[in-house]
Amino acid sequence: MPASTRTLGGVSPALHENECLAPCRDTCASTTTAPTDEHTEDAAPAAGFPGEELYVTFIDKEGQEHKIAVNKGDNLLDIAQAHDLEMEGACGGSCACSTCHVIVLDQGMYDKMPEPEDDENDMLDLAFGLTETSRLGCQVHMTKELDGLRVKLPSMTRNLQASDFK
Amino acid sequence: MAVIGSGPAGFYTAYRVMSRVQGAKVDMYEQLPVPFGLVRFGVAPDHPEVKNCQEKFEEVGSSPNFTFVGNASIGHPSTHPGGVTIPLPTLLRNYDAVVFAYGASRDKTLGIPGEGLKGIYSAREFVGWYNGLPDFADLAPDLTQGEDAVLIGQGNVALDVARMLLENVDRLRKTDIGEHALETLSKSRIKRVHIVGRRGPMQAAFTIKEIREMMKLPDVAFNSLDTSLIPDDVKKLPRAQKRLMEILLKGSPTSVDSATKSWYLDFCLSPKRFESNSRDPSRVGSTVFEKTQLSSPFDTNAFTTGTGELVDIPSSVVFRSIGYKSVPLDGFSDLGVPFDEKRGIIQNDGEGRVQHEARTYDGAMGVSHFPGLYCAGWVKRGPTGVIASTMIDAFATADAIAHDWAAKAPFLNEDSQDRRASGWDAVKTQVDSQQARIVEWEEWQKIDRAEKERGRKVGKEREKFTRTADMLAVLS
Repeated sequence: MPASTRTLGGVSPALHENECLAPCRDTCASTTTAPTDEHTEDAAPAAGFPGEELYVTFIDKEGQEHKIAVNKGDNLLDIAQAHDLEMEGACGGSCACSTCHVIVLDQGMYDKMPEPEDDENDMLDLAFGLTETSRLGCQVHMTKELDGLRVKLPSMTRNLQASDFK
Repeated sequence: MAVIGSGPAGFYTAYRVMSRVQGAKVDMYEQLPVPFGLVRFGVAPDHPEVKNCQEKFEEVGSSPNFTFVGNASIGHPSTHPGGVTIPLPTLLRNYDAVVFAYGASRDKTLGIPGEGLKGIYSAREFVGWYNGLPDFADLAPDLTQGEDAVLIGQGNVALDVARMLLENVDRLRKTDIGEHALETLSKSRIKRVHIVGRRGPMQAAFTIKEIREMMKLPDVAFNSLDTSLIPDDVKKLPRAQKRLMEILLKGSPTSVDSATKSWYLDFCLSPKRFESNSRDPSRVGSTVFEKTQLSSPFDTNAFTTGTGELVDIPSSVVFRSIGYKSVPLDGFSDLGVPFDEKRGIIQNDGEGRVQHEARTYDGAMGVSHFPGLYCAGWVKRGPTGVIASTMIDAFATADAIAHDWAAKAPFLNEDSQDRRASGWDAVKTQVDSQQARIVEWEEWQKIDRAEKERGRKVGKEREKFTRTADMLAVLS
């Protein structure tokens, strides 16, 4: 069964203080990918064991990249919310909606993840802009194998759906 | 900004506008003393995880820039004790923007003979009743007349109703379903639930999560379906359809012989009339359907034609679940707010700006916007979709508002000499509030705590008040 916890796994409260607030977004949300990025530097001490943090990069709807240092076990929804990225998680991470839909950019990375359970697939079936490498952020937990993971947040424009206006 | 309606569409619009427009103040009007609309009164009690979005709404509700005005009806006269009625023009005079997010408060009817017989309910009233909606507190559905229930319509609401009828009542006891509903359900004699649709499985409105749940119900069996309506090679179907068809073909692990209750998905049947019960002519006894033929069985857009062949399904109780319907607010026609009666929506540009098409002087069709008027949710796009779709849709409306505000587009009351966009503070001085008992956010929180306390005593998350008077009594 999917976890329904809202707590931030291994992410310590210190990470909250480094939430990417609006002014920060202007400076660090560019396409910086080097680990020297200001944001990731700040976040790194939050990892449980220095030197063992993992990195995940979110590409938001505007195409901006956010590289974030995280701990093993953290799920993508909690990470995104702790960094004020636009990911809703309407059901609180209990695999009962599709609002934390992410697209894994690398097929190889997608294959390294444990296969989605039926209930995750059931929700993905209803997601807008479903792809072959779509997952629910709340169900993807960071592991060493997933270090360097890159995911894209799908744009959710309903008004492009012609079927809505029949 | 004023938001009319406090369901997910209203809250998600408010949330997004407050985060996109600096200093935005939002007043939310709700005709009941309690917020959250269909999250509270629609979402099935055994789907508590779906209600987790309330956490976000609680956050919005507690914001200093947000005011909840509960027990206040816009347009039509309030039917609740202490309820205040605010004419729409009064509201419009006091805001820069007004968002209609009041949802779909009616249901569609079949318009066939016998629909008035006893024992025929709309799914909307039944769902409202078990979820504690005050309007239907006195519904008292009778589930003791026989063993066959017929659900007309195959959407997820129909599956919610079916689950309530099939599920072991003891499994529901821990949910926030009302004690009154538990009592009625525990006396239910229903053993077979027929979920009937005009079209086939490839066209059905239900979604896979709800079907999977039904298949997994302990001691409940799924009766096999007409497989000729499913393509031979389901593997070739698009992902979502393939998975749904596979689960229908696989059926339930519980066999009909060993089950205590069972359910059917009856396809290609169109309701023609209701026959009365031979023992009690005032009560429904069976439903007569005409078999239909699909124009193309595997095409999701297939339409049907009648074959003339009639089928009779015994019906101890019937639930009509063919969709909800929005209605215009009192005052729309005077103000010229365009309402599309056929689709049951406020006319809008798809992003939530209220607009209407009109002929210009030279005879061409043009579009004109109503500055400052927006809509979101079911009254914007029609009564379909889950909370995720309502959220996306509400965000689109909020983004349109934020865009228009930043672009200095015209809003309400631009021309008035003394611009009085002072919101609820001004509105309350302009309405007849002699007997009014407005419920503020902190007061809702008191009701919320009282409900949770009542729930604790019976081992549930909450025990809702089903009468507005009882909700208000907590506050006195």
